[in-house]
Amino acid sequence: MTTAIEVQGLTKQYAGATVVRDVSFMVEHGEIFGIIGPNGAGKSTTVECIEGLRKPDAGHISVLGLNPGRDRDELRERVGVQLQDAELPARLRVGEALRLYSSFYAAPADWRTLMETLGLTGKQKTQFGKLSGGQRQRLSIALALVGRPEVVVLDELTTGLDPQARRDTWALIEGVRDRGTTIVLVTHFMEEAERLCDRIAVFDSGRIVALDTPAALAAGADAGADQRIRFRPDRPLEEAELLALPEVRGVERRGDQVTVTGTGAMLNAVTTLLARRGIVARQLRVDQASLEDAFIALTGRRHDEKTTHTQEKSDVR
Amino acid sequence: MSADTAALPAAPRPRAAALRRLTLTELTLFMRERVGIIWAIGFPLVLLIIFGNIPGFRKPVSPAAPRVSFLDSYVPILLAFVLAMIALNVLPPVLAGYREQGVLRRLSATPVGAVRVLAAQLIVDAGMTAVTMIALLVVARLAFSVAFPRQPAEFALAVVLGALALLSLGLMLASVLPTSRGANAAGAILFFPMMFFAGLWLPIAAMPAALRHVSQATPLGAAVQAMTDAWQGHWHPLYLLILAGYALAFAVAAARLFRWE
Repeated sequence: MTTAIEVQGLTKQYAGATVVRDVSFMVEHGEIFGIIGPNGAGKSTTVECIEGLRKPDAGHISVLGLNPGRDRDELRERVGVQLQDAELPARLRVGEALRLYSSFYAAPADWRTLMETLGLTGKQKTQFGKLSGGQRQRLSIALALVGRPEVVVLDELTTGLDPQARRDTWALIEGVRDRGTTIVLVTHFMEEAERLCDRIAVFDSGRIVALDTPAALAAGADAGADQRIRFRPDRPLEEAELLALPEVRGVERRGDQVTVTGTGAMLNAVTTLLARRGIVARQLRVDQASLEDAFIALTGRRHDEKTTHTQEKSDVR
Repeated sequence: MSADTAALPAAPRPRAAALRRLTLTELTLFMRERVGIIWAIGFPLVLLIIFGNIPGFRKPVSPAAPRVSFLDSYVPILLAFVLAMIALNVLPPVLAGYREQGVLRRLSATPVGAVRVLAAQLIVDAGMTAVTMIALLVVARLAFSVAFPRQPAEFALAVVLGALALLSLGLMLASVLPTSRGANAAGAILFFPMMFFAGLWLPIAAMPAALRHVSQATPLGAAVQAMTDAWQGHWHPLYLLILAGYALAFAVAAARLFRWE
């Protein structure tokens, strides 16, 4: 694999405030590279520098061997973008928009085929202003792809979509990647990053605080943080016996439900104890560290699009 | 796919195709926005028909020029009305609205370029201006027997320079104002004083000398004066120079001030 995007020491200030400071990373050809972080962490500014829409105050950026500031024209020919807060004229129809944007590129994709791929064929004559949020999003993805770009930068890919439309969009993006396109994905959704990205850069206050695969990031959080399991034992269980386990830090009882907190291999130790006593744990729930926990651990704050990652099992012996 | 295209030398870009498609799209959007059409074309025509049916307007302006009726002297003012309407009330809100909605921002991320975006807009507005003016002249001629200009070439030059000055002014407004509402307000605020100086309520020839000189120095007043002079067969290069100066100044300011977002 070769490098598609290289960012070295990128720094950007607005009105004296540094919004991106000394950010460096590389994106390989054909990978989906995720950028996550709280609002105002510098995610969009970073990708706008990559797109050549903003000029860095310091640092070096190379996209497909091009300098976004100097090689504007060629960069725009080879990089497709989906922007936050960008619209089309309200009365422009879907088909007209695709045809218009395809005329901007030297070797565009067939816009009718693209319209079909994105499930917009039935909406060809619908005006942009009358499209639903999901349809607008699909059109903006189509416009990002119409120039047959080698790199696509997608900012807030599925914001405003319902869960079904979100899953459809993910499948679409995987299809684009499978055709060899390099994708940079700025997202709010941990689930999206976990599902799609090969590697993720976690941004906080204008810096990259972690950069790894989703699994490695979650595993890192898992090792340090508290784990929690909850269950209803079918027979009385001595709290002292649980507390005697070295991995267990606390036990809490509410009605017949027991909540155990601890670290490391706590789950294994507790289930072994229960098995030894012949106790069945009903409605066992394990709260596992996820990318969300990794995010909170790294940035010290909750993500504003919080989703719970709870695995449910029942009647585990 | 990407590996192949990366190896290819940059193909010649379909620049003309992009401008043609952009212009056609803008024209389609303009036609779809029916209020804009009626406003731009309908209103000056309605004024012409009303004025044409007022018997007093058929009388000569002064005993000194028995062949020039009030209606004859109003036709250049109505042409200026069309110019000002499109340049101040149609163009700025469209472009400022594009900026407000992020339409321009999205375009700035494509290879199309600012020049083509502005050119498409100007072509559509200039075309719309030309069509409306020709419609006005034809109706004035056929329905109300208004004479055609005595110096057609000078008249055409006055129209072209007037259109350049006014459209550049509109472009400058569109470059500065961040929202469609702001552009609408600025256009309306400029429109009425400029139409006053163009002689909509009081013909320039009937103004007191001081007011007349001020009028002739405004873009629209100079345009009306240049058109009127060519119409009556005694054109003066001064007004064309004033118009050219305005066109240049506004166009340079528009280019300097233009922002995608």
